[in-house]
Amino acid sequence: MSRVMVAMSGGVDSSVAAALMKEEGHEVVGVTLRLWGGESDSGCCAISDVDDARRVCDTLNIEHHVFNMSDEFDHHVVDPYVSSHATGLTPNPCIECNRHIKFDLLHHRVQALGFDRLATGHHARIATQPDGTYRLARAIDSSKDQTYVLYMLDQSKLSTLDLPIGDLTKDQVRDLATQLDLRTATKPDSQDVCFITREHGRDDFLRKRIPLTPGRVIDTEGIEVGSVDAVEMVTIGQRKGMATAGGTNPRYAINVDVPNATVTVGEPEDLLVESTSVKDCVWANQLTNGPVLVQISAHGKPMKATLKDNTIYWEEPQRRVAPGQAVVFYDNDEVLGGGMAC
Amino acid sequence: MTYLDHAASTPTRPEVVEAMMPWFTQHPGNPSGAHHQAREARRAVDEARDAVAALVGADSSEVVFTSGGTEADNLAIDGVLRAKGGTPICTATEHPAVLEPVRDSGGMIVPTDHLGQINLETFTETLDSVDNISLVSAMTANNETGIINPVTDIATLLQERSPETFLHTDAVQATAWLDLVKHCEGAHLVSITGHKFGGPKGAGALIVKKGVPFAATQRGGGQERERRSGTQNVPAIVGLGKAAQLIMNERETLASRVTALRDRLEEELIALVPDTFRTLPQDSNRTPQIAHLCFKGVESESLLFLLEQEGIAASAASSCASGAQQASHVLHAMGIDYETAAGSIRLSLGWTTTEEEINHALTVIPAAVSQLREYPK
Repeated sequence: MSRVMVAMSGGVDSSVAAALMKEEGHEVVGVTLRLWGGESDSGCCAISDVDDARRVCDTLNIEHHVFNMSDEFDHHVVDPYVSSHATGLTPNPCIECNRHIKFDLLHHRVQALGFDRLATGHHARIATQPDGTYRLARAIDSSKDQTYVLYMLDQSKLSTLDLPIGDLTKDQVRDLATQLDLRTATKPDSQDVCFITREHGRDDFLRKRIPLTPGRVIDTEGIEVGSVDAVEMVTIGQRKGMATAGGTNPRYAINVDVPNATVTVGEPEDLLVESTSVKDCVWANQLTNGPVLVQISAHGKPMKATLKDNTIYWEEPQRRVAPGQAVVFYDNDEVLGGGMAC
Repeated sequence: MTYLDHAASTPTRPEVVEAMMPWFTQHPGNPSGAHHQAREARRAVDEARDAVAALVGADSSEVVFTSGGTEADNLAIDGVLRAKGGTPICTATEHPAVLEPVRDSGGMIVPTDHLGQINLETFTETLDSVDNISLVSAMTANNETGIINPVTDIATLLQERSPETFLHTDAVQATAWLDLVKHCEGAHLVSITGHKFGGPKGAGALIVKKGVPFAATQRGGGQERERRSGTQNVPAIVGLGKAAQLIMNERETLASRVTALRDRLEEELIALVPDTFRTLPQDSNRTPQIAHLCFKGVESESLLFLLEQEGIAASAASSCASGAQQASHVLHAMGIDYETAAGSIRLSLGWTTTEEEINHALTVIPAAVSQLREYPK
């Protein structure tokens, strides 16, 4: 038996994760992080989510606590999200939250409070290698796989982490929640970025925090072909809003130059590159070079490439990866590490 | 279980529960009715009214029963503003039940000194520079630290400088410890609540002195002399009255017993745990029940977690609706830096606190702090 702290968001996955850890005979305490103090789709401070987690813990007869990490969340997740956009990068706030909040601050606290292990309701698994080291492996339910946003987990984290629902499909998770009479059994999956509401969206969120710059749109010849409201909001590869006058084929943003407020559009083939540079790489175990599978978005298809000294050489030319986007390296279904496109 | 969160809520006195019981089980009357059962309920409410009036030094007709401290605070501010208009002013260390309505009505929040007390100089400047101040709200004793405001001095100052301004004081945390008759003399409106001095939750009162312009916010049947409509919560009000009687008789004895326990708790913790200090100086003018201590390099949330694991209930600043601990606006107003504030907890004592509980805390807290310090941030 271990003392396990389960991070509970108030959703069905972490509810079932807590139930499974308890069923295994561990001493389980549920904890919900208060992260975002502003408006969200589940109400101010996400109070209804905290309530759901608390009520699930009552049903499971385990203790529930709330940790306030909202200042840290602002500092490590929200502020960098805003400043990344301001400089034309494409940030992934869920990854930064996992990196700095759940698997750093919370992980640290789990140890300081005398717990043996942390468990979360992520759809991913932990695989033990023949040499006894660990790797993060894709979830059984590939449509729900979250390994992409967890690529930063190293040996120190993986060795004290439990991912109890990684072996279950989402349907199985919901069935279990129903059997256990957990109130979150039919709760819809959370969508997108937790601090951005569906009603107001990303534009509105950023517009309140940074000045957004109207920009001109030029083609590859340098001829001005249109305009955008906010150059900071354009992502490389974006098609929406790029269908400019004169063109017959669909056009894509192939370059975003925030300082000069200019977006360059081109044909799909203008986006193709042979290689992509990455930086800030972290590894599950050790630095890796050689053949890898590379995933460049949360639910993107992994593509074959060779990694050498922070450069990805694609087997087939690929669309440019937007700077700031996370790039994750796999060996089959197992995460080797990841970094950020630059 | 060691309970050191009396400032959040102190256990209901058994005499209070006993006094309340018949009003659940035997007497169904609505105090607004005309028959015998209604009259006996009315009499019970009025007897409680007399007890609360005596506690605060008011006339019975000046007592408005409310659902508790928050409603009393809101009603004080909104009630005066609705009748009189003008600008409300409060200190930066007030309870959110005062801060929020003051902010919402475009009022001003004046800074405090480094102890969290009203700064009479700044306050005088504000009085002289702002037009049409209708209401000033300054709490009797602070809920986080126990620091006491000189309410009578504020009243005197207002009489001299701004005689048209009314004074409200939130005495919720002071009731068990200070003689409100003396300490709140000159205040026009006073808020109290039962569960901070042995009464039940859900019963409080706002004292509205004669001549204070006042318009109800909750309207309906015109109860409480049209200052707060709604059928009175008879059992809870009876309990509030009983608690008022008890605390008036026992306050002095209780205060000296709790002061001794609190002082011992503070002194020994400071001696046992390195890098620990009082948020307020030992000799500052503060209520007896609160030991507010900072343990350097520790996160209060983690410390409270470990204390709970060992059977000690306490708290840090105030809890928000989600149950998470929030950064303290009181410590911020006192100019205490973020790191220090983040490592401070409030151990609050009350009428049930025993030597054994203090001993328990003195065993558990040093061990918990050193465990956390092994994992520096």
